[in-house]
Amino acid sequence: MAPPSYFMGLSAILFCIGVAGVMLRRNVIIIFMSIELMLNAVNLAFVALGRAWGSVDGQAIVFFVMTVAAAEAAVGLGIILAIFRNRATINADEFNLMRW
Amino acid sequence: MPLWLFIFLAALSIISSLGVILQRHPVHSLLALVLTLIVIAVLFIGLGATTVGFLQMIVYAGAIMVLFLFVIWLLNLQSQPLEAGRLALKLIGALGSAALIAELLAFVLHLPAPLGHEHPVAPDYGSIGRLAQGLFSRYLIAFEITSILLLVGVIGGVALARRTAAGGAGGSM
Repeated sequence: MAPPSYFMGLSAILFCIGVAGVMLRRNVIIIFMSIELMLNAVNLAFVALGRAWGSVDGQAIVFFVMTVAAAEAAVGLGIILAIFRNRATINADEFNLMRW
Repeated sequence: MPLWLFIFLAALSIISSLGVILQRHPVHSLLALVLTLIVIAVLFIGLGATTVGFLQMIVYAGAIMVLFLFVIWLLNLQSQPLEAGRLALKLIGALGSAALIAELLAFVLHLPAPLGHEHPVAPDYGSIGRLAQGLFSRYLIAFEITSILLLVGVIGGVALARRTAAGGAGGSM
């Protein structure tokens, strides 16, 4: 039987893989996918802890996180499209308009 | 969930999530991400959260990933070499991730005792009825605010992605 702490450990590993993706890749779409990966890792921790306390709250929060992720994906991909139309690149290093 | 099944699913999700950040072609990354999301959905179902698990498959692995795929095709992204250069930045990134993973695992290994063993739950634990009772009583305000969030998301997505009459994109960069 797998206890909740194992799920928490898996969640931590997946979250850190997402962090590494954000830090190591410069392709905006890959960075965006890594953010989705981090959101899912946290969702896993929420469900595991909700199960440990036998409450439905963890699942309700996962429901809200999914909604936020859907809105975020729509707006974020819109931003990526707008950037690509203006700059013809999706390399994060080349977006330096607001960098001093 | 039996231990062997958990270990299998955990290994699968770690390998596929490493695929997300290591693949060169964005579509391959996306397929790895879909596999990761489906494995996480199976883990949800194994934890008893049946409704949320199926929602994860439909909304995440279905709808959101198709949105990503459309954008990748729309931008006509090809396979790119893994970015060279900026070695110091990569080193700091890798070290930072490794430190974070060590810290989180050290925290997880010292969790309080109730988290160390599996808990039995009611047979209708993950049912849609239980979830709805929570959503429409305790989280009613948050649920209603969610609808405003989705509305703002729709408006923002349309405003950012449309072309203006001048020929440029809606969002000026």
